[in-house]
Amino acid sequence: MSSLQSLDILRRSATTTPSPQARTAAEPQVAKLIDVSSCIGCKACQVACMQWNDLRDDVGTNVGVYDNPRDLTPESWTVMRFSEVEPEPGRLEWLIRKDGCMHCADPGCLKACPAPGAIVQYANGIVDFISEHCIGCGNCVTGCPFDVPRISRKDNKAYKCSLCSDRVGVGLEPACAKACPTGAIRFGTKEAMLDFGAGRVQDLVERGYKNAGVYDPPGVGGTHVVYVLQHADQPELYAGLPADPHISPLVVLWKGIAKPLALAAMVGAALAGFFHYVKVGPNEAEEDDE
Amino acid sequence: MTRYVQRYRDGERVNHWIVVLLLLCAALSGLALFHPALYFLSGLFGGGPWDRILHPFLGVFTVLAFVGMFARLWRDNVMNDGDRRWLRNARRMLRNDPQGEAQAEAETGRYNGGQKIVFWVFAVCLLVLLLTGIVFWRPWFVDAFSIGLRRLAVVLHALAATVMIVALIAHVYAAIWVKGSVRAMTRGIVTERWARRHHPRWAEQAPRAERPAGTLRR
Repeated sequence: MSSLQSLDILRRSATTTPSPQARTAAEPQVAKLIDVSSCIGCKACQVACMQWNDLRDDVGTNVGVYDNPRDLTPESWTVMRFSEVEPEPGRLEWLIRKDGCMHCADPGCLKACPAPGAIVQYANGIVDFISEHCIGCGNCVTGCPFDVPRISRKDNKAYKCSLCSDRVGVGLEPACAKACPTGAIRFGTKEAMLDFGAGRVQDLVERGYKNAGVYDPPGVGGTHVVYVLQHADQPELYAGLPADPHISPLVVLWKGIAKPLALAAMVGAALAGFFHYVKVGPNEAEEDDE
Repeated sequence: MTRYVQRYRDGERVNHWIVVLLLLCAALSGLALFHPALYFLSGLFGGGPWDRILHPFLGVFTVLAFVGMFARLWRDNVMNDGDRRWLRNARRMLRNDPQGEAQAEAETGRYNGGQKIVFWVFAVCLLVLLLTGIVFWRPWFVDAFSIGLRRLAVVLHALAATVMIVALIAHVYAAIWVKGSVRAMTRGIVTERWARRHHPRWAEQAPRAERPAGTLRR
Protein backbone atom coordinates (compact mmCIF):
# COMPACT_ATOMS: atom_id res chain seq x y z
CA MET A 1 0.00 0.00 0.00
CA SER A 2 1.08 3.53 -0.45
CA SER A 3 1.28 5.57 2.68
CA LEU A 4 -1.25 7.88 4.23
CA GLN A 5 -0.39 11.50 4.90
CA SER A 6 3.03 11.45 6.49
CA LEU A 7 1.79 13.26 9.60
CA ASP A 8 -0.02 10.06 10.53
CA ILE A 9 3.12 7.93 10.68
CA LEU A 10 4.18 6.84 14.14
CA ARG A 11 7.18 4.72 13.22
CA ARG A 12 9.17 4.02 10.10
CA SER A 13 11.59 1.15 9.47
CA ALA A 14 15.36 1.81 9.45
CA THR A 15 14.85 5.39 10.57
CA THR A 16 16.62 6.80 13.60
CA THR A 17 15.09 10.27 13.72
CA PRO A 18 11.59 11.07 15.04
CA SER A 19 8.51 10.92 12.85
CA PRO A 20 6.52 14.12 12.23
CA GLN A 21 4.97 15.15 15.52
CA ALA A 22 3.18 18.42 14.73
CA ARG A 23 -0.19 16.74 15.06
CA THR A 24 -0.63 16.35 18.79
CA ALA A 25 -4.26 15.18 19.04
CA ALA A 26 -4.18 11.48 19.91
CA GLU A 27 -5.28 9.43 16.93
CA PRO A 28 -7.82 6.77 17.94
CA GLN A 29 -6.28 3.34 18.05
CA VAL A 30 -8.13 0.98 15.73
CA ALA A 31 -8.52 -2.76 16.00
CA LYS A 32 -10.13 -5.65 14.22
CA LEU A 33 -11.84 -8.19 16.43
CA ILE A 34 -12.13 -11.75 15.15
CA ASP A 35 -14.61 -13.74 17.19
CA VAL A 36 -13.54 -17.31 16.50
CA SER A 37 -16.61 -18.61 18.31
CA SER A 38 -18.99 -17.13 15.75
CA CYS A 39 -16.95 -17.86 12.62
CA ILE A 40 -18.57 -20.40 10.29
CA GLY A 41 -15.56 -20.77 7.98
CA CYS A 42 -17.33 -19.47 4.86
CA LYS A 43 -14.20 -17.66 3.63
CA ALA A 44 -16.16 -14.59 2.53
CA CYS A 45 -13.36 -12.60 4.21
CA GLN A 46 -10.77 -14.26 1.97
CA VAL A 47 -12.82 -13.40 -1.10
CA ALA A 48 -13.42 -9.84 0.05
CA CYS A 49 -9.69 -9.44 0.71
CA MET A 50 -8.67 -10.58 -2.75
CA GLN A 51 -11.42 -8.52 -4.35
CA TRP A 52 -10.67 -5.25 -2.57
CA ASN A 53 -6.90 -5.61 -2.91
CA ASP A 54 -7.12 -6.91 -6.51
CA LEU A 55 -5.21 -10.06 -5.70
CA ARG A 56 -5.62 -13.34 -7.58
CA ASP A 57 -3.62 -16.20 -6.15
CA ASP A 58 -2.88 -19.29 -8.23
CA VAL A 59 -5.56 -21.95 -7.97
CA GLY A 60 -4.14 -24.58 -5.64
CA THR A 61 -4.90 -28.25 -5.17
CA ASN A 62 -7.19 -29.88 -2.64
CA VAL A 63 -5.15 -31.83 -0.12
CA GLY A 64 -8.07 -33.17 1.86
CA VAL A 65 -8.50 -30.33 4.34
CA TYR A 66 -10.63 -27.22 4.30
CA ASP A 67 -7.66 -24.87 4.35
CA ASN A 68 -7.57 -23.23 0.94
CA PRO A 69 -5.13 -21.82 0.09
CA ARG A 70 -3.10 -23.93 2.47
CA ASP A 71 -0.99 -21.05 3.71
CA LEU A 72 -0.59 -17.30 3.50
CA THR A 73 1.03 -16.25 0.23
CA PRO A 74 2.05 -12.94 -1.37
CA GLU A 75 -1.39 -12.94 -3.02
CA SER A 76 -3.42 -14.38 -0.11
CA TRP A 77 -3.14 -12.03 2.84
CA THR A 78 -5.64 -13.89 4.99
CA VAL A 79 -6.53 -17.58 5.24
CA MET A 80 -8.90 -19.55 7.40
CA ARG A 81 -7.10 -22.23 9.36
CA PHE A 82 -9.24 -25.22 10.35
CA SER A 83 -8.25 -27.28 13.37
CA GLU A 84 -9.97 -30.41 14.64
CA VAL A 85 -9.11 -30.61 18.31
CA GLU A 86 -10.21 -32.31 21.50
CA PRO A 87 -9.72 -29.75 24.27
CA GLU A 88 -11.21 -32.35 26.61
CA PRO A 89 -11.23 -36.08 25.85
CA GLY A 90 -14.24 -37.12 23.81
CA ARG A 91 -15.27 -33.58 22.97
CA LEU A 92 -14.40 -32.81 19.37
CA GLU A 93 -14.29 -29.17 18.31
CA TRP A 94 -13.72 -27.60 14.96
CA LEU A 95 -11.86 -24.35 15.48
CA ILE A 96 -11.60 -21.93 12.61
CA ARG A 97 -9.13 -19.11 12.91
CA LYS A 98 -8.77 -16.35 10.36
CA ASP A 99 -4.98 -15.93 10.10
CA GLY A 100 -3.15 -12.86 8.84
CA CYS A 101 -1.12 -9.95 10.11
CA MET A 102 -1.78 -9.19 13.78
CA HIS A 103 -0.64 -5.53 13.49
CA CYS A 104 1.50 -5.66 16.64
CA ALA A 105 1.96 -2.51 18.66
CA ASP A 106 5.65 -3.51 18.77
CA PRO A 107 6.11 -4.89 15.26
CA GLY A 108 9.03 -7.31 14.79
CA CYS A 109 8.90 -6.86 11.00
CA LEU A 110 9.42 -3.12 11.29
CA LYS A 111 12.23 -3.58 13.78
CA ALA A 112 14.06 -6.01 11.51
CA CYS A 113 13.58 -4.14 8.21
CA PRO A 114 16.78 -2.50 6.85
CA ALA A 115 15.11 -0.37 4.17
CA PRO A 116 14.09 3.11 5.35
CA GLY A 117 10.33 3.52 5.13
CA ALA A 118 9.57 0.08 3.68
CA ILE A 119 7.49 -0.69 6.77
CA VAL A 120 5.53 1.96 8.63
CA GLN A 121 3.26 2.00 11.62
CA TYR A 122 0.48 4.55 11.37
CA ALA A 123 -0.67 6.53 14.36
CA ASN A 124 -3.87 4.47 14.39
CA GLY A 125 -1.79 1.34 14.95
CA ILE A 126 -1.91 -0.24 11.49
CA VAL A 127 1.42 -1.73 10.34
CA ASP A 128 1.82 -1.37 6.60
CA PHE A 129 4.34 -2.50 3.98
CA ILE A 130 5.27 0.26 1.53
CA SER A 131 6.14 -2.11 -1.27
CA GLU A 132 8.00 0.30 -3.51
CA HIS A 133 10.63 0.73 -0.78
CA CYS A 134 10.93 -2.99 -0.11
CA ILE A 135 14.28 -4.48 -1.12
CA GLY A 136 13.21 -8.12 -0.76
CA CYS A 137 15.68 -9.17 1.92
CA GLY A 138 13.15 -11.11 4.01
CA ASN A 139 14.19 -9.60 7.34
CA CYS A 140 10.51 -8.99 8.11
CA VAL A 141 9.98 -12.74 8.03
CA THR A 142 12.87 -13.16 10.46
CA GLY A 143 11.43 -10.49 12.75
CA CYS A 144 7.76 -11.51 12.77
CA PRO A 145 6.67 -13.59 15.80
CA PHE A 146 3.61 -14.86 13.88
CA ASP A 147 5.23 -15.97 10.58
CA VAL A 148 3.02 -13.70 8.52
CA PRO A 149 5.00 -11.84 5.81
CA ARG A 150 5.46 -13.63 2.50
CA ILE A 151 8.03 -12.71 -0.15
CA SER A 152 6.86 -12.91 -3.74
CA ARG A 153 8.82 -15.06 -6.17
CA LYS A 154 7.66 -12.75 -8.97
CA ASP A 155 8.94 -9.41 -7.70
CA ASN A 156 10.86 -10.20 -4.48
CA LYS A 157 8.65 -7.88 -2.44
CA ALA A 158 7.14 -8.66 0.94
CA TYR A 159 3.35 -8.75 1.30
CA LYS A 160 0.85 -9.08 4.10
CA CYS A 161 -2.53 -7.81 5.30
CA SER A 162 -2.65 -4.00 5.30
CA LEU A 163 -5.75 -3.97 7.52
CA CYS A 164 -7.14 -2.18 4.46
CA SER A 165 -5.26 0.95 5.52
CA ASP A 166 -6.56 2.64 2.35
CA ARG A 167 -10.15 1.98 3.41
CA VAL A 168 -9.58 2.82 7.06
CA GLY A 169 -7.87 6.06 6.02
CA VAL A 170 -11.14 7.27 4.49
CA GLY A 171 -13.41 6.04 7.27
CA LEU A 172 -14.34 2.60 5.93
CA GLU A 173 -13.95 -0.72 7.69
CA PRO A 174 -11.61 -3.40 6.27
CA ALA A 175 -13.04 -5.45 3.43
CA CYS A 176 -13.07 -8.69 5.46
CA ALA A 177 -15.10 -7.08 8.25
CA LYS A 178 -17.50 -5.63 5.69
CA ALA A 179 -18.06 -9.04 4.10
CA CYS A 180 -18.38 -11.23 7.21
CA PRO A 181 -21.96 -12.60 7.24
CA THR A 182 -22.03 -13.59 10.93
CA GLY A 183 -20.45 -10.52 12.45
CA ALA A 184 -17.47 -12.56 13.57
CA ILE A 185 -15.15 -9.85 12.20
CA ARG A 186 -15.69 -6.42 13.64
CA PHE A 187 -13.77 -3.21 13.32
CA GLY A 188 -13.61 -0.07 15.45
CA THR A 189 -11.49 1.60 18.06
CA LYS A 190 -9.37 -0.80 20.02
CA GLU A 191 -11.20 0.19 23.18
CA ALA A 192 -14.60 -0.56 21.63
CA MET A 193 -13.34 -3.90 20.31
CA LEU A 194 -11.99 -4.93 23.70
CA ASP A 195 -15.31 -3.93 25.29
CA PHE A 196 -17.22 -5.96 22.73
CA GLY A 197 -14.80 -8.86 23.19
CA ALA A 198 -15.33 -8.80 26.94
CA GLY A 199 -19.07 -9.15 26.36
CA ARG A 200 -18.52 -12.11 24.04
CA VAL A 201 -16.21 -13.70 26.59
CA GLN A 202 -18.90 -13.36 29.23
CA ASP A 203 -21.43 -15.07 26.92
CA LEU A 204 -19.00 -17.88 26.25
CA VAL A 205 -18.24 -18.37 29.93
CA GLU A 206 -21.95 -18.59 30.63
CA ARG A 207 -22.24 -21.21 27.88
CA GLY A 208 -19.61 -23.35 29.58
CA TYR A 209 -16.37 -22.17 27.97
CA LYS A 210 -14.81 -21.31 31.30
CA ASN A 211 -11.44 -20.43 29.74
CA ALA A 212 -12.81 -18.12 27.07
CA GLY A 213 -10.88 -14.90 26.65
CA VAL A 214 -9.59 -12.15 24.38
CA TYR A 215 -6.23 -12.74 22.70
CA ASP A 216 -4.32 -9.43 22.79
CA PRO A 217 -0.78 -10.67 23.55
CA PRO A 218 1.17 -8.26 25.78
CA GLY A 219 4.54 -9.70 24.61
CA VAL A 220 4.25 -7.63 21.43
CA GLY A 221 2.65 -4.65 23.19
CA GLY A 222 -0.83 -5.86 22.28
CA THR A 223 -2.13 -6.27 18.74
CA HIS A 224 -4.50 -4.37 16.51
CA VAL A 225 -6.09 -7.64 15.47
CA VAL A 226 -7.55 -9.38 18.51
CA TYR A 227 -9.27 -12.74 18.77
CA VAL A 228 -12.07 -13.96 20.97
CA LEU A 229 -11.07 -17.54 21.77
CA GLN A 230 -13.16 -20.23 23.44
CA HIS A 231 -9.96 -21.66 24.90
CA ALA A 232 -7.83 -18.62 25.58
CA ASP A 233 -5.70 -20.71 27.96
CA GLN A 234 -4.57 -22.85 25.00
CA PRO A 235 -4.12 -20.57 21.98
CA GLU A 236 -1.95 -23.26 20.34
CA LEU A 237 -5.14 -25.23 19.66
CA TYR A 238 -5.97 -22.64 17.01
CA ALA A 239 -3.53 -23.83 14.32
CA GLY A 240 -0.52 -23.01 16.46
CA LEU A 241 -1.37 -19.48 17.55
CA PRO A 242 1.58 -18.66 19.86
CA ALA A 243 0.73 -18.52 23.58
CA ASP A 244 3.24 -15.80 24.39
CA PRO A 245 4.49 -14.16 21.21
CA HIS A 246 7.33 -11.69 21.46
CA ILE A 247 10.11 -10.47 19.20
CA SER A 248 12.91 -13.05 19.38
CA PRO A 249 15.77 -12.00 21.72
CA LEU A 250 18.15 -12.67 18.82
CA VAL A 251 16.30 -10.11 16.67
CA VAL A 252 16.27 -7.66 19.58
CA LEU A 253 20.03 -8.09 19.96
CA TRP A 254 20.71 -7.86 16.22
CA LYS A 255 18.55 -4.78 15.66
CA GLY A 256 19.19 -3.22 19.05
CA ILE A 257 22.46 -2.92 20.90
CA ALA A 258 24.48 -4.76 18.21
CA LYS A 259 24.12 -1.90 15.73
CA PRO A 260 25.70 0.93 17.76
CA LEU A 261 28.26 -1.43 19.34
CA ALA A 262 29.45 -2.78 16.01
CA LEU A 263 29.63 0.67 14.49
CA ALA A 264 31.51 1.97 17.53
CA ALA A 265 33.99 -0.91 17.26
CA MET A 266 34.71 -0.16 13.60
CA VAL A 267 34.96 3.60 13.99
CA GLY A 268 36.94 3.11 17.20
CA ALA A 269 39.46 0.86 15.46
CA ALA A 270 39.98 3.38 12.68
CA LEU A 271 40.36 6.29 15.14
CA ALA A 272 42.73 4.29 17.34
CA GLY A 273 44.96 3.71 14.32
CA PHE A 274 44.84 7.33 13.28
CA PHE A 275 45.74 8.70 16.70
CA HIS A 276 48.36 6.04 17.24
CA TYR A 277 50.09 7.31 14.11
CA VAL A 278 49.71 10.91 15.24
CA LYS A 279 51.16 10.23 18.70
CA VAL A 280 53.68 7.42 18.24
CA GLY A 281 54.51 7.96 14.61
CA PRO A 282 55.53 5.47 11.97
CA ASN A 283 57.76 2.47 12.47
CA GLU A 284 60.67 3.23 10.17
CA ALA A 285 62.91 0.36 9.20
CA GLU A 286 64.85 2.23 6.55
CA GLU A 287 66.41 5.48 7.65
CA ASP A 288 67.32 4.98 11.27
CA ASP A 289 69.58 2.04 10.42
CA GLU A 290 71.10 3.68 7.40
CA MET B 1 72.57 0.77 -3.27
CA THR B 2 69.49 -0.59 -1.53
CA ARG B 3 69.12 -4.32 -1.90
CA TYR B 4 65.70 -5.83 -2.27
CA VAL B 5 64.23 -9.21 -1.53
CA GLN B 6 61.15 -10.75 -3.06
CA ARG B 7 58.21 -10.95 -0.62
CA TYR B 8 55.22 -11.61 -2.88
CA ARG B 9 55.15 -13.10 -6.34
CA ASP B 10 52.87 -11.71 -9.04
CA GLY B 11 50.20 -14.37 -8.46
CA GLU B 12 50.11 -13.73 -4.73
CA ARG B 13 49.72 -10.00 -5.21
CA VAL B 14 47.00 -10.29 -7.84
CA ASN B 15 45.15 -12.76 -5.65
CA HIS B 16 45.45 -10.42 -2.64
CA TRP B 17 44.09 -7.42 -4.52
CA ILE B 18 41.19 -9.41 -5.95
CA VAL B 19 40.27 -10.31 -2.37
CA VAL B 20 40.61 -6.65 -1.37
CA LEU B 21 38.29 -5.36 -4.09
CA LEU B 22 35.67 -8.05 -3.54
CA LEU B 23 35.82 -7.79 0.23
CA LEU B 24 35.48 -4.02 0.08
CA CYS B 25 32.35 -4.33 -2.05
CA ALA B 26 30.93 -7.13 0.10
CA ALA B 27 31.59 -5.18 3.29
CA LEU B 28 30.11 -1.92 2.01
CA SER B 29 27.02 -3.58 0.57
CA GLY B 30 26.58 -5.51 3.82
CA LEU B 31 27.04 -2.47 6.05
CA ALA B 32 24.32 -0.71 4.03
CA LEU B 33 21.88 -3.34 5.25
CA PHE B 34 23.22 -3.45 8.79
CA HIS B 35 22.75 0.09 10.05
CA PRO B 36 20.28 2.72 8.83
CA ALA B 37 23.03 5.35 9.05
CA LEU B 38 24.93 3.44 6.36
CA TYR B 39 21.97 2.69 4.08
CA PHE B 40 23.28 5.34 1.69
CA LEU B 41 26.08 2.92 0.79
CA SER B 42 23.47 0.90 -1.10
CA GLY B 43 23.58 3.73 -3.64
CA LEU B 44 27.06 2.53 -4.65
CA PHE B 45 25.48 -0.70 -5.80
CA GLY B 46 22.44 0.68 -7.60
CA GLY B 47 20.02 1.07 -4.69
CA GLY B 48 18.51 -1.15 -2.01
CA PRO B 49 17.23 -4.06 -4.10
CA TRP B 50 20.47 -4.29 -6.12
CA ASP B 51 22.48 -4.09 -2.95
CA ARG B 52 20.47 -7.01 -1.55
CA ILE B 53 20.88 -8.98 -4.79
CA LEU B 54 24.63 -8.37 -5.20
CA HIS B 55 25.81 -8.68 -1.60
CA PRO B 56 25.68 -12.50 -1.33
CA PHE B 57 27.41 -12.97 -4.70
CA LEU B 58 30.14 -10.53 -3.70
CA GLY B 59 30.52 -12.46 -0.47
CA VAL B 60 30.80 -15.84 -2.14
CA PHE B 61 33.35 -14.53 -4.65
CA THR B 62 35.34 -13.01 -1.78
CA VAL B 63 35.44 -16.40 -0.07
CA LEU B 64 36.47 -18.13 -3.30
CA ALA B 65 39.27 -15.61 -3.85
CA PHE B 66 40.37 -15.98 -0.24
CA VAL B 67 40.59 -19.75 -0.65
CA GLY B 68 43.43 -19.03 -3.08
CA MET B 69 45.19 -16.88 -0.50
CA PHE B 70 44.58 -19.49 2.16
CA ALA B 71 46.10 -22.26 0.07
CA ARG B 72 49.20 -20.16 -0.61
CA LEU B 73 49.73 -18.85 2.90
CA TRP B 74 48.31 -21.11 5.60
CA ARG B 75 51.57 -23.00 6.16
CA ASP B 76 53.40 -19.75 6.88
CA ASN B 77 50.71 -18.78 9.40
CA VAL B 78 50.89 -21.69 11.82
CA MET B 79 51.50 -20.28 15.30
CA ASN B 80 54.72 -21.11 17.14
CA ASP B 81 56.57 -20.09 20.32
CA GLY B 82 58.25 -17.16 18.59
CA ASP B 83 54.82 -15.75 17.78
CA ARG B 84 53.74 -16.01 21.37
CA ARG B 85 56.81 -14.03 22.33
CA TRP B 86 55.94 -11.49 19.67
CA LEU B 87 52.45 -11.12 21.12
CA ARG B 88 53.80 -10.67 24.65
CA ASN B 89 55.97 -7.77 23.46
CA ALA B 90 53.38 -6.29 21.10
CA ARG B 91 52.40 -3.56 23.53
CA ARG B 92 55.98 -2.27 23.84
CA MET B 93 56.39 -2.45 20.10
CA LEU B 94 53.30 -0.32 19.59
CA ARG B 95 55.06 2.41 21.57
CA ASN B 96 57.92 2.22 19.07
CA ASP B 97 60.16 0.93 21.88
CA PRO B 98 63.24 -0.41 20.02
CA GLN B 99 64.11 -2.98 22.69
CA GLY B 100 60.58 -4.28 22.82
CA GLU B 101 60.62 -4.60 19.06
CA ALA B 102 63.96 -6.35 19.03
CA GLN B 103 62.73 -8.86 21.59
CA ALA B 104 59.45 -9.38 19.80
CA GLU B 105 60.84 -9.89 16.33
CA ALA B 106 64.01 -11.83 17.04
CA GLU B 107 62.42 -15.13 16.04
CA THR B 108 59.86 -13.86 13.53
CA GLY B 109 59.57 -15.82 10.31
CA ARG B 110 57.60 -14.86 7.23
CA TYR B 111 54.74 -13.64 9.43
CA ASN B 112 54.64 -12.35 12.99
CA GLY B 113 52.09 -13.28 15.65
CA GLY B 114 49.82 -10.34 14.89
CA GLN B 115 49.77 -11.08 11.17
CA LYS B 116 48.96 -14.71 11.90
CA ILE B 117 46.07 -13.76 14.16
CA VAL B 118 44.67 -11.50 11.45
CA PHE B 119 45.05 -14.32 8.93
CA TRP B 120 43.11 -16.81 11.05
CA VAL B 121 40.48 -14.23 12.04
CA PHE B 122 39.86 -13.62 8.33
CA ALA B 123 39.67 -17.33 7.60
CA VAL B 124 37.28 -18.15 10.44
CA CYS B 125 35.10 -15.08 9.94
CA LEU B 126 34.78 -15.69 6.20
CA LEU B 127 33.76 -19.27 6.87
CA VAL B 128 31.14 -18.14 9.40
CA LEU B 129 29.92 -15.43 7.03
CA LEU B 130 29.58 -17.96 4.20
CA LEU B 131 27.75 -20.59 6.23
CA THR B 132 25.41 -18.17 7.98
CA GLY B 133 24.83 -16.13 4.83
CA ILE B 134 23.56 -19.17 2.95
CA VAL B 135 20.91 -19.65 5.65
CA PHE B 136 19.16 -16.41 4.68
CA TRP B 137 20.20 -16.04 1.05
CA ARG B 138 17.00 -15.09 -0.69
CA PRO B 139 15.48 -16.45 -2.80
CA TRP B 140 17.82 -19.40 -3.23
CA PHE B 141 18.42 -21.27 0.00
CA VAL B 142 16.40 -19.50 2.66
CA ASP B 143 13.35 -21.76 2.44
CA ALA B 144 15.41 -24.78 3.46
CA PHE B 145 16.01 -23.34 6.93
CA SER B 146 13.67 -22.69 9.85
CA ILE B 147 12.96 -19.12 10.91
CA GLY B 148 14.61 -19.86 14.29
CA LEU B 149 17.83 -20.85 12.55
CA ARG B 150 17.68 -17.74 10.37
CA ARG B 151 17.47 -15.55 13.48
CA LEU B 152 20.62 -17.16 14.85
CA ALA B 153 22.33 -16.88 11.47
CA VAL B 154 21.73 -13.14 11.06
CA VAL B 155 23.22 -12.44 14.48
CA LEU B 156 26.31 -14.59 13.85
CA HIS B 157 26.68 -13.03 10.39
CA ALA B 158 26.70 -9.54 11.86
CA LEU B 159 29.11 -10.58 14.61
CA ALA B 160 31.57 -12.23 12.21
CA ALA B 161 31.39 -9.22 9.88
CA THR B 162 32.14 -6.82 12.72
CA VAL B 163 35.10 -8.84 13.97
CA MET B 164 36.44 -9.12 10.45
CA ILE B 165 36.10 -5.43 9.65
CA VAL B 166 37.93 -4.53 12.87
CA ALA B 167 40.69 -7.01 11.94
CA LEU B 168 40.74 -5.50 8.45
CA ILE B 169 41.29 -2.03 9.88
CA ALA B 170 44.13 -3.39 12.02
CA HIS B 171 45.64 -5.07 8.96
CA VAL B 172 45.51 -1.90 6.87
CA TYR B 173 46.84 0.24 9.68
CA ALA B 174 49.74 -2.10 10.37
CA ALA B 175 50.77 -1.80 6.72
CA ILE B 176 50.64 1.99 6.93
CA TRP B 177 52.39 2.14 10.30
CA VAL B 178 55.31 -0.16 9.49
CA LYS B 179 57.03 1.76 6.72
CA GLY B 180 58.22 -0.28 3.77
CA SER B 181 55.40 -2.82 4.04
CA VAL B 182 53.00 -1.56 1.40
CA ARG B 183 55.60 -2.02 -1.34
CA ALA B 184 55.54 -5.75 -0.60
CA MET B 185 51.99 -5.95 -1.86
CA THR B 186 52.23 -3.35 -4.63
CA ARG B 187 55.57 -4.21 -6.23
CA GLY B 188 56.30 -7.49 -4.52
CA ILE B 189 59.56 -6.39 -2.88
CA VAL B 190 60.87 -5.18 0.44
CA THR B 191 64.30 -3.92 1.35
CA GLU B 192 66.69 -6.44 2.79
CA ARG B 193 66.94 -4.15 5.83
CA TRP B 194 63.17 -4.29 6.34
CA ALA B 195 63.22 -8.07 6.05
CA ARG B 196 66.09 -8.49 8.55
CA ARG B 197 64.48 -6.17 11.03
CA HIS B 198 60.88 -7.37 10.96
CA HIS B 199 61.17 -10.95 9.74
CA PRO B 200 64.74 -12.07 10.52
CA ARG B 201 64.07 -15.83 10.29
CA TRP B 202 62.43 -15.36 6.92
CA ALA B 203 65.15 -12.94 5.74
CA GLU B 204 67.75 -15.71 6.06
CA GLN B 205 66.17 -17.57 3.17
CA ALA B 206 64.21 -14.85 1.39
CA PRO B 207 64.76 -14.88 -2.36
CA ARG B 208 66.57 -11.92 -3.93
CA ALA B 209 64.19 -9.69 -5.83
CA GLU B 210 64.05 -10.89 -9.42
CA ARG B 211 62.47 -7.96 -11.11
CA PRO B 212 60.34 -5.66 -9.00
CA ALA B 213 57.09 -4.70 -10.68
CA GLY B 214 57.59 -1.28 -12.26
CA THR B 215 61.18 -1.75 -13.43
CA LEU B 216 62.10 -2.29 -17.05
CA ARG B 217 62.86 -5.78 -18.23
CA ARG B 218 66.43 -5.96 -19.46
